[in-house]
Amino acid sequence: MDIVKKIGFVLLGLFIVLNWGLLMAGIMRKIIARVSMRRGIKIFQPYINLIKNYSIRSQLTHGIMFYLGPVFRLSGGVGIFLFMPMIYGSDIWNNFSFTGDLILIAYFMFFGMLGMALGAGEGGHPYSAIGISRGLAQFTAIELPLTLAILSIAIQYQSLSITEIVAAQQGSILNWTLFTNPLATGAAMISFLGAMGHSPFNVVMAPQENPVGPPTEYHGTFLGVLQTNRAILHVVEAVLYMNLFFGGANNWIELIVKTFFIYFWSVFVGMVFPRFRVDQSIPWLLKLPVLIGVAAIIVFIV
Amino acid sequence: MTEELKDNNIEQVEDKFLAPENRKHTVTGPEGEIIHVDPLQDYYCNERPKAEDPRNKIVEKFLNWARAESLWVLGFGTGCGSIEIPPLLSPRFDAYRFGVAMRATPRQSSVIIISGYLAVKTLKRVIRSYEQMQNPKFVIALGSCTINGGMYWDSYNTINRLDYYLPVDVYVAGCMPRPEAILAAFDKLKTRIKEGRAEGANEYVEKFDWYKANQKKVIKNWNMPDYNW
Repeated sequence: MDIVKKIGFVLLGLFIVLNWGLLMAGIMRKIIARVSMRRGIKIFQPYINLIKNYSIRSQLTHGIMFYLGPVFRLSGGVGIFLFMPMIYGSDIWNNFSFTGDLILIAYFMFFGMLGMALGAGEGGHPYSAIGISRGLAQFTAIELPLTLAILSIAIQYQSLSITEIVAAQQGSILNWTLFTNPLATGAAMISFLGAMGHSPFNVVMAPQENPVGPPTEYHGTFLGVLQTNRAILHVVEAVLYMNLFFGGANNWIELIVKTFFIYFWSVFVGMVFPRFRVDQSIPWLLKLPVLIGVAAIIVFIV
Repeated sequence: MTEELKDNNIEQVEDKFLAPENRKHTVTGPEGEIIHVDPLQDYYCNERPKAEDPRNKIVEKFLNWARAESLWVLGFGTGCGSIEIPPLLSPRFDAYRFGVAMRATPRQSSVIIISGYLAVKTLKRVIRSYEQMQNPKFVIALGSCTINGGMYWDSYNTINRLDYYLPVDVYVAGCMPRPEAILAAFDKLKTRIKEGRAEGANEYVEKFDWYKANQKKVIKNWNMPDYNW
């Protein structure tokens, strides 16, 4: 009975996260529009797009991997959610988190991309293959500063459990990793810009030179699944950063406010800076952010 | 390949227009086996398109509302009218607030705007793009050229009436229509979709032979399958 209750709350949490993800996407698009002096989309436009994509009547497939690509992507997003403690100190909302979940979540972040690579590769569209190889190359460079930051935090708190890391940050704002380990936070927040797919690092998703990147062949329900995943992924990745660097959340309101501002950071930078090309973004990510990440580790070893 | 062609005279005639990569050829496999490839048969689907019936009334009404409020337009400019599309997305006209967005791939688009005169060469590409779009799909025809040929009515290489070749949902008259007119066209299209009258994709399937006959009448170098998905 206990496990049934648990699964019920996990599904409810997933529902809340999905809705907050869609709503946040709408709000951010609205903010971007107002900055560029437009009215912009309706706030509920992501919902309408989702319904529309699920209601496309005819669909075609290129093979089994083409089906499984979006499924892998979605299981990557849902996988992160399943092992992520959402609310600190709550038995209900810490999902299936356990000691060492940080490693598993870092793995899940790449898992979806790899599934997508297999699926898009079978799509047969040559630009899908180019898009996904660019995407994977850039995502590898994005993961590097994050991994260094995670190692730094693991050394700092002597733990790989997110719950314990959050627990260590309680008490005062000055206990947040942001203040106790600013170097790791800096490296990770730069890597966050890439993970969210906003301006400086979104050329892999850019139209024109490479039609909409990896999902070029995906349409209808396939695309709907990808959009669902993106909404979930944006929230859970922001929750990961919130847990690691910004003291976690004690209730849903706090979670919503914090994830909003963490996600807004990538939108803010995206509105100010133009795009990197892939051959510019990878060397850039491998220089300064990696150095900051290495410095964050050295500080704690020495 | 040449031996095969000698056997069959007809194929030799058709071969004149076939792109090099679409010709029959042989590929040697990793273990030395020889594979005969006929791209037009092997790489494309020969199946005729099928009509997809709407669902029951209430569900379809809701889905049509979603389809109308989320119009994804294929970024395909055919004639001079395509210069009127970029301003649509600028702050001045801002088509995003009507749920209109541009997509770069036909798979994800539901609207194709034929923006102005349509050369026969472009018609071929338009047909390929249109057929790759998925079922609820709509066509907006922009400018007089798509209605009766406009100033190109006696041109040797443009078509005069678009609806002989594709099922058109909304016409926008003018030469050129301003972005406001295109916004009005989107509004009209939305009304049509919500009323359930924008069934162009099914119409295309039902009158498939008629459309194909018309298309093949003007496109002389038809070196693609009858239906491109």
